Amino acid sequence: MTDAPILRVAKATPPHLARRVRGLSDRAIAWIFVTPTILLLLAINIFPLIWTIRLSLTDFRANRPNREVEWVGLENYRSILTDPDIWNTMQATAHFLIWTLVLQVLIGFSLAWLINRKFRGSDMWTTIIVLPMMLSPAVVGNFWTFFYQPQIGIFNYIVSFFSGVDPASFSMIGSVTLAPWAIVIVDTWMWAPFVMLICLAGLRSIPDYIYEAAEIDRASKWRQFWTITIPMVLPFLMLAVLFRGIENFKMFDLVVQLTGGGPGSTTEVTSINLKREAFEKWRTGYASAYAIILFVTVFGLASIYVKALNKVKER
Amino acid sequence: MSGASITEPSNGQKWVAGSLVILYALITLVPFVWIMMTGFKSGPDSISYPPKVVFEPSLEGYVNLFTTQTRITADQRDTLPPPANFAEQLVRDKGMIIVGPSKFGERFVNSVIIGFGSTALSIFLGTLAAYGFSRFKVPLKDDLLFFILSTRMMPPIAVAIPIFLMYRSLGLSDTHLGMILLYTAVNISLAVWLLKGFIDEIPREYEEAALIDGYTRFQAFVKVVLPQAATGIASTAIFCLIFAWNEYAFAVLLTSGTAQTAPPFIPTIIGVGGQDWPAVAAGATIFLMPVMIFTILLRKHLLRGITFGAVRK
Repeated sequence: MTDAPILRVAKATPPHLARRVRGLSDRAIAWIFVTPTILLLLAINIFPLIWTIRLSLTDFRANRPNREVEWVGLENYRSILTDPDIWNTMQATAHFLIWTLVLQVLIGFSLAWLINRKFRGSDMWTTIIVLPMMLSPAVVGNFWTFFYQPQIGIFNYIVSFFSGVDPASFSMIGSVTLAPWAIVIVDTWMWAPFVMLICLAGLRSIPDYIYEAAEIDRASKWRQFWTITIPMVLPFLMLAVLFRGIENFKMFDLVVQLTGGGPGSTTEVTSINLKREAFEKWRTGYASAYAIILFVTVFGLASIYVKALNKVKER
Repeated sequence: MSGASITEPSNGQKWVAGSLVILYALITLVPFVWIMMTGFKSGPDSISYPPKVVFEPSLEGYVNLFTTQTRITADQRDTLPPPANFAEQLVRDKGMIIVGPSKFGERFVNSVIIGFGSTALSIFLGTLAAYGFSRFKVPLKDDLLFFILSTRMMPPIAVAIPIFLMYRSLGLSDTHLGMILLYTAVNISLAVWLLKGFIDEIPREYEEAALIDGYTRFQAFVKVVLPQAATGIASTAIFCLIFAWNEYAFAVLLTSGTAQTAPPFIPTIIGVGGQDWPAVAAGATIFLMPVMIFTILLRKHLLRGITFGAVRK
């Protein structure tokens, strides 16, 4: 169907013209163009994935390549799914995931709603708000540890300025109760603008005449907000949540630089836990099984979510 | 949009909305301003309490960032020739001498080589594939496109395990080529999705006209499609570049020296007794500045890039 117009041209043109459409056939061009990308992905994505599945069934250790490798079947999977420590990291991940999504949706939507009031200079301020999300999370995480220093850190100083709490009395990174919030705050600072941009596109896609019609029907502003604005922006908002959800489930660089998973293992999200198993304890087989479980989880959740998203879109 | 529309917000509303947004933007800016200021502070100023907003600017951070230094005794200092430049003077005043350049320059150059190398390759492969997907019937097209996207769902650490083993046996560990190939593989999904969107928007009639004029398919692609897609290609390239520039997980796991980029290096800048914050801040400033400039240039296409072309505005 896609190449129909081309075929039509070739068929409709007299023979002497058709002959002038020369060179490689379209089919050959299509394959030549697509194949290199597919090959690269096979070599660097699919082959490693299959290898990971294979490794996950063994007790291989990458730091001792000469040791005899034994097949252990599904033992790695069993021990991961029954390990209470893994469930702790899942909880740390869930805390991070849920709170970042809640805050980013609230802040992002509110900002978009305000920006959509079309005040003067709104484009410039939008660009400024967006800046943090393009930065390197590792470098951002590193310099936030500086802001979070008790006593000398600017974050503690500002908090104490407004609340009167002694800036040396709390440590965002050192405290078991505060550390999970330390990572939520930085991630929200970075990514609320992402939700904002997408919501803004949603708000701008609502045609004015819908509100005008509601106005004529004497619908209150409040009612317009809940029956027009929210339903029309919802598909956009859900898309933003999908992207942020996948990204934050994989979160590594920001948290590793900010808290390193500490104190203890309070902020040890799954990626950090996986890194410890794979590259510190060198339990390669075990870590491979872990990686597969994570991949299946993200993939499964994302597929269910996309189905829900499509339903909302169809409405 | 009609000016007197009943849906147009009132001036009062605009004023309140504007003030709130500007307040949020200013809060967003505090960390940036603070990090840039810290880059120009002396060591003691950077960790003083209360935090210093007014301070005497110093280039100590930048000098520390680019040099390695060693402590000397007062006697040794007396035997030295007078300092040749301001940097030496600055270091000499602290009782140290410069013994050579630091690794920051090298790491920064690595970031440039790997960033531009992988961007060029992703764009080259991505444009071809995107054109193929956009214009021709490719068997399993939708599956292939979804497959390309799903490669982004893997946590980087999960991908790094087999890549680490594969690169070790191929001799690609800690090489520029290895990192360029890896970043290309990660970026290609973004490149294909974005570029397909841009190429879909170019009317086919242009190429068809060129084909009738006697161009081959390939000539039509190079002479008609590419110039039309130039803006799309440029913004896609910037997104790929920013990703490669910012990437940390693969860099920290798969490189250690020769091919290490700046993100794993900056957090390791250590001074005497803990992190040398002015030097870290100087490094972060130099490293983040290009991305900030690109973001401002890209602002029109930002939305499209960050959503893989799903939202086009």
